[in-house]
Amino acid sequence: MSDIKVKTAPVLGVDGRSAGHLLEIENLHVEFRTRDGVAKVINGVSYHVDAGETLAVLGESGSGKSVTAQTIMGILDTPPGFVTNGSIRFRGKDLLTMGKDERRLVRGEGIAMVFQDALSALNPVFTVGFQIAELFRKRRGMSRADGYKRATELLDLVKIPAAKTRLKDYPHQFSGGMRQRVMIAMALALDPEVLIADEPTTALDVTVQAQIMDLLAEIRRDRNMGMILITHDLGVVADVADRIAVMYAGRIVEQADVHALYGKPCHPYTLALLDSLPRLDLKGQELNTIKGLPPNLLRIPSGCAFHPRCRMARDICSTQRPALLELGGVRSSACHFAEELYGRE
Amino acid sequence: MSEVILEVRDLVKHFPIRQGVLFKRVIGQIKAVDGVSLDLHKGETLGIVGESGCGKSTLAKLLMNLEKPTSGEVRYQGRDVLRLNPADQRRLRRNIQLVMQDPYTSLNPRMTVGDIVGEPFDIHPDVAPKRDRRRKVQELLDVVGLNPEHINRYPHQFSGGQRQRIGIARALALKPEVIVCDEPVSALDVSIQAQVMNLLDQLQNEFNLSYIFIAHDLSVVRHIADRVGVMYLGKMVEVGTDDDIYVRPTHPYTQALLSAVPVPDPTVRQHKAVIRLEGDVPSPANPPSGCRFRTRCWKAQEICATEPPLLQIRPTSGHPSACHFAQEKDVVHAG
Repeated sequence: MSDIKVKTAPVLGVDGRSAGHLLEIENLHVEFRTRDGVAKVINGVSYHVDAGETLAVLGESGSGKSVTAQTIMGILDTPPGFVTNGSIRFRGKDLLTMGKDERRLVRGEGIAMVFQDALSALNPVFTVGFQIAELFRKRRGMSRADGYKRATELLDLVKIPAAKTRLKDYPHQFSGGMRQRVMIAMALALDPEVLIADEPTTALDVTVQAQIMDLLAEIRRDRNMGMILITHDLGVVADVADRIAVMYAGRIVEQADVHALYGKPCHPYTLALLDSLPRLDLKGQELNTIKGLPPNLLRIPSGCAFHPRCRMARDICSTQRPALLELGGVRSSACHFAEELYGRE
Repeated sequence: MSEVILEVRDLVKHFPIRQGVLFKRVIGQIKAVDGVSLDLHKGETLGIVGESGCGKSTLAKLLMNLEKPTSGEVRYQGRDVLRLNPADQRRLRRNIQLVMQDPYTSLNPRMTVGDIVGEPFDIHPDVAPKRDRRRKVQELLDVVGLNPEHINRYPHQFSGGQRQRIGIARALALKPEVIVCDEPVSALDVSIQAQVMNLLDQLQNEFNLSYIFIAHDLSVVRHIADRVGVMYLGKMVEVGTDDDIYVRPTHPYTQALLSAVPVPDPTVRQHKAVIRLEGDVPSPANPPSGCRFRTRCWKAQEICATEPPLLQIRPTSGHPSACHFAQEKDVVHAG
């Protein structure tokens, strides 16, 4: 547990060539083939994460943020979900073209995931200790006793009191916050380089949420892990993220450094989202809203998917899909008027 | 302040814990709500915040008379709701309505929207004569911002935000004076939350409604509430105007809660007082003696274990606070 990796950039691929980023998703397309038609859930998503940084993927329900994570982990249900295009490169190797066995090795050791609902993600008929030790037995060939020893260390690491005795408990005997710690312990077991946390605190109370977010930040720092934090909570993002990717209808509409994004959002959706939050100085006044509803993914609007709800929409928006335009630095925005927004005071 | 419309005095609800197969013995009590008092004035919004298990939803059920309290009183316009004869009780309950949290499970999937919103008229037929009902339901749909022509649709044909509007229309049907909103926006996406909150605000002005607004999201409560009560383990620990609670909190739990709320502004990362509570909320079956918060409190002393602090105005707190060591502390300096 003590081997702290040193930050190295650029990451070297297996063949020794520079492989760019630690984890890089490029032009990913995923569709769900359902009885009602084809739902285009992800339409050309590209993002990357490097060692030691936290990328927050922000979006409302149905924006495709969780499906992207499932595709990275290789746990997308097929059918109905199909990857139709794109690549996911981890240390330069494409996970999507890899063989099953090779990919399994990446899962847990290379990239691990913390799920939202720990109660349904843990197996209710086995003790927590058994489930963590199983990882070490299957993947590291350890004996049962050694596995349990490592499991105790992990529960200590995630600050579960009386770790040794709690190994014998079943998931339902833990509180929500403690269960989430168990999930984090399991994700960390094989020392992953990238941790994907999919709404890790959504089901928790605020005081417990704060504890878990602190724990994740601490572990990320200590191990120099890359972290992808998937959430819809603008508050949590502002607290922990380095960079943010905002998703809408299966596309990234804006990407920026956290301060830049909150300071001067350059996509009308981000702008409207931040505007709709209850704020101190607007008490008693009407809140700004985003009119209409998130789009039905079976019928995504033509042109820019956000145009029916956009305050800035003009004719071009319904006919032409805006490309993700670079605005300098790590900033980009998929809006026809991105430069206008970027240039404003 | 305007007249008090709803008065709650020492409301207690204990749920028995039973064990055994045939002769179920009572082996303990879950103290879900344990001595809560509050006043709701006409036209005001009283926010209730607290974490899960603090008893805020049980409180809502007690106010609605969906649960019988173990002891205590709920007085509506001076009359004790719980001790009326059934006919009077029924008539009186018209005036207090509920909007529930989950718009997916609180609407019957086999009923059309018209039937759902019109059902209160079946129960209270003297409110609207039969031939008027369809028109009334359409009016209600219009009031909450739904298309009146959608009266024959089923709940699954609506989005989450629209379903919550259906729930609100149903609550409005009998022209109530008080609406208890139990987490009305927590199941909705951010962009939809604002729409529903604006609607609630606008209805309050239009019909002079009083709200009890229960939520765990402190920023939502701050926006909508005139006064706020903070609950912890079945007790009210602090009550005051929104500024009392958010700017001048004196109870350590309120302070910790405020400090834990993530602020959607990365520039306050450094300026926030970080108070991190240890552990989880204790079980309401076996709450700590004295002050219930003492097991997680950094100020706890001997007196806290022996003497339960009363919810009262103290020399160090201008508004009622249930802490022996109440002390003002500005936690969030944003804005």
